[in-house]
Amino acid sequence: MSGSPSGSGEGPAALSGLTSLSARAIAAGVRSGELSAAAVLEEHLARVERWEQQVHAFNLVTADAARARAAQVDAAVAAGEDPGLLAGVPVALKDLLCTRGVPTTCSSRILAGWCPPYDATVVKKMAAAGAIVIGKANMDEFAMGSSTEHSATGPTHNPHDLSRVPGGSSGGSAAAVAAGFSALALGSDTGGSIRQPAALCGVVGVKPTYGLVSRYGLVAFASSLDQIGPFARSVADAALALDVISGHDERDSTSLPGEHPSVASRLGRGAEDLRVGVIAELASAEGMAPDVSAAVTDAAEALAATGAKVEEVSVPSVRYGLSAYYMIAPAEASSNLARYDGVRYGLRRDGNDITEMYMSTRAAGFGPEVKRRIMLGTYALSAGYYDAYYGKAQKVRTLMIRDFDLAYSSFDVLLSPTSPTTAFPLGAKTADPLAMYLSDVCTIPSNLAGHPAVSIPFGAGEDGLPVGVQVLAPALGEPVMLQVAEALEAVAPRGEAR
Amino acid sequence: MAPTISKQDVAHVARLARLALSEEELELYTTQLASVLGHARDIEALDIADVPPTAHPFPLSNVLREDEPRPCLDRDEVLAAAPEVESARFRIPRILSEAP
Repeated sequence: MSGSPSGSGEGPAALSGLTSLSARAIAAGVRSGELSAAAVLEEHLARVERWEQQVHAFNLVTADAARARAAQVDAAVAAGEDPGLLAGVPVALKDLLCTRGVPTTCSSRILAGWCPPYDATVVKKMAAAGAIVIGKANMDEFAMGSSTEHSATGPTHNPHDLSRVPGGSSGGSAAAVAAGFSALALGSDTGGSIRQPAALCGVVGVKPTYGLVSRYGLVAFASSLDQIGPFARSVADAALALDVISGHDERDSTSLPGEHPSVASRLGRGAEDLRVGVIAELASAEGMAPDVSAAVTDAAEALAATGAKVEEVSVPSVRYGLSAYYMIAPAEASSNLARYDGVRYGLRRDGNDITEMYMSTRAAGFGPEVKRRIMLGTYALSAGYYDAYYGKAQKVRTLMIRDFDLAYSSFDVLLSPTSPTTAFPLGAKTADPLAMYLSDVCTIPSNLAGHPAVSIPFGAGEDGLPVGVQVLAPALGEPVMLQVAEALEAVAPRGEAR
Repeated sequence: MAPTISKQDVAHVARLARLALSEEELELYTTQLASVLGHARDIEALDIADVPPTAHPFPLSNVLREDEPRPCLDRDEVLAAAPEVESARFRIPRILSEAP
């Protein structure tokens, strides 16, 4: 087990019993009748009962619906049916995935109590695979943030140290998996919102290739960057969840057509003879902590020791990723969030005419970070500034794709830190937006390029808190990416402080 | 060289984005947006005049489907989420003002 502050003995990150089982073990047990979905669920609910008040991973715990669903899964097994690949596996859903009739708030006052009239495609797919939704996970409002502190329902706390952030924006999803509230969770990643919280909470988080997973029913932040992906406590579990949620969807016109091979079935091959490039510019990125940097060096050496060919590689334009991202993502957000106007759903504040109604509704409904990004994006798109900011940022995006293409002509996967630091104290960066944005420096390039990337835990920092290492791959490179991630997982140090 | 954002600029974009801001918020956002835009200046050093822009990671084209009737969202369920409804329609405040 982890040697982090609360990782040993009693603490929200110290797992035991059925809550320590992998999703694969739960599903195998439930499908064979050796485990009951009801018993698995009750143990997870008991853990939620014990720790949720301190962790605040959820905006809503759907215990009654989960119990009804678990009973259905058990009844199906008793009747000789197969409930699916995730039979009886408790999952947490980031609270921006639409769930029909169940509040979906994006941790925003403007959507408080809103019940969508339809389910997201990934929600349907999880249900069809027999998974049990245990609740809607807390997040930074509209997925804008890197600490889950920008939430109208209050911050999530890191299960490894309750005085620290879990990362963000999918901090509730990451914390739920780290705390054993659920074996799996779904989040969304626009600039690192799955991988960075996975790193800070010591779990695995996958940002799939853009278009691999349907975005239908995902509340939009930046549509050319958003992608849904899984959190798990192992690479194999993450691969299983990815297999369940991926695939073309006619309801999302940006979802990739055609069949995609199972990633779970490609695991177990090791990293021997694979070419791994360590991204020089990210290893020395702005604000990189020495203990995180050392963990990446160790990971590279450990991969080399298993037979991988590891070398340093330069991807020069990643240095400009942060600047490009903080023009492109707010620009898209300013457009996407225009829909919150107090007319069709959500909050309304009265006004004498419609413009006054819009202005007071949006002022009352959005939190400070969302307002900041809407204004930044509106500015970047406004007359006179478009070419200087948004236009240039789009050109940087082209450069980055070219640089990655060149790197992948010599390497199968690339390696970097996930986050420049381990989990930082609550409140440390809320007053300085730019300092918070710098948390995303290593994760943003994959979103701009549309490529997949995974964060896996690799030991601990000087403070004893989890460090994440990122494996990046070209578009649809999930099989080789997770193959390398699994090889790293096998040799990862177990949470001893540096 | 992109100009620094002024308080007037912030008030202007807040109006464009339909956000009512207090005087304090205006001051705060002016400082914070200037800091983010300042960081974005590192791009200015790049010689990228000839680089084509990328709006999306993959080439996109229109996706068409057969024009067949299919179920849509339930009207009552949709209207139930609206702040104000009248005769199965969204009710909104006045759009046009009285003539001066």
